[in-house]
Amino acid sequence: MTQHDSADRVSAEQRRYARLLDWGARTGFGILVAAFAAYVFGLLPAHVAFDRLPVLWTQPLDAYLAETGTPTGWAWLAQLAKGEFASLGGIAVLSGCSIVCLLAVIPIYARRGDKALAAICALTIAVLLLAASGILTAGH
Amino acid sequence: MTRAGRRWLLAPGVAIGLLAVAGDVLAAGDAAMTTELPWWVWPLALFVVCFALGIVAVPAGVGGGVLFVPIVGGFFPFHLDFIRGAGLLVALASALAAGPSLLRGGLADLRLALPFALLASASSIIGALVGLALPATVVQIALGITILGIVALMAFAPRSESGTPVTPDRLAMALQMNGIFHDVATGQDQRWHVHRSPLGLVLFTGIGVLAGMFGMGAGWANVPVLNLVMGVPLKVSAGTSSFILSLVDSSAAWVYLNKGAVLAMIAVPSVIGMMLGARIGARLLSVLKASVVRKLVLGLLLFAGARALLKGLGIGG
Repeated sequence: MTQHDSADRVSAEQRRYARLLDWGARTGFGILVAAFAAYVFGLLPAHVAFDRLPVLWTQPLDAYLAETGTPTGWAWLAQLAKGEFASLGGIAVLSGCSIVCLLAVIPIYARRGDKALAAICALTIAVLLLAASGILTAGH
Repeated sequence: MTRAGRRWLLAPGVAIGLLAVAGDVLAAGDAAMTTELPWWVWPLALFVVCFALGIVAVPAGVGGGVLFVPIVGGFFPFHLDFIRGAGLLVALASALAAGPSLLRGGLADLRLALPFALLASASSIIGALVGLALPATVVQIALGITILGIVALMAFAPRSESGTPVTPDRLAMALQMNGIFHDVATGQDQRWHVHRSPLGLVLFTGIGVLAGMFGMGAGWANVPVLNLVMGVPLKVSAGTSSFILSLVDSSAAWVYLNKGAVLAMIAVPSVIGMMLGARIGARLLSVLKASVVRKLVLGLLLFAGARALLKGLGIGG
């Protein structure tokens, strides 16, 4: 039986990945729910007034951004004190937690001399970082 | 089906009926009504509908993301740009919630998943960029055609529980894509290998584009490719597919987030509703007749796919 075989003998890297993914997902969900509750119940101010939303969310993205002055790229980080952007913080954690998991398994593959899998993990991290960077979406 | 099962099935049935009514209202051109209702009606309705979708998704054997985009797109007033952003997060949240236990239980195989996830993640970025750049009508038409294709795939594609005994190809051997799956249900160990992995890489690249473009999870495509094309046992295919989605949807979600296409008021109630519904759905597996729920979901997808296609063509909506 190889290392990555049955349920009770999953590989060390798979166990490590699972543990970190669990923590990342829980943290992301926690932030998401808490921030959204603060947003909806008025504990955090809203960037766009709630009663404008039914008109705005029927419009295409460009029109919505132009009418609301909603920042794109990472500019939302500067507005974390507002409810909708605080909620995006939870979404960013959910979207980014896999990067940490991939980083954590590279040393295991490297120690084993499994260069191909280590390289695949590194390339996947590069893809996720490229997507997250906003470089590809700049100038919309 | 038991009496309890029928009672539980009533909830999603009622929600789906309400959706049909809402769809008729919108189709009748009463769009003004959607802006006259108090703002909180929509996130609340979204939560209820996603809760119902979450309940039926698990017994029907589909991901929440594939139901979310066509159904919410067909029956809610939100623009498709925001629906796709929310759909990706629904699919991502479901994949992240399931991922750890699938990995720990050996139902998802990291070594098998990573090469395909790499290509699908990269191509999902392209899909997301293309999807956000195309006119909404073009995306609606493509979405309608894709959904109808998914219905055909789900209805007619065969499934191979044990995978196919195969001779592994050179790439699969080099990357050691193989394993022994212990099926708790049967108590049997089952050795599996992978073949046609280069074809699998090409297909996963295409799947990534679709996932990013339409904001849907792509389990409907991942599982047949892993199971039927590459010979992986069905349960390992389903578990590994879900794990792959956690990476593919992450990269596409960043594109939507950076573009400003993620509205918290749409995305968060959807994610929470779907997650809670899926927990109930998982508990109802034993009382609901899966084949009935699956037919119900296929019917709903058929309706939503046709509706998206007609909407894109400017017919009746």
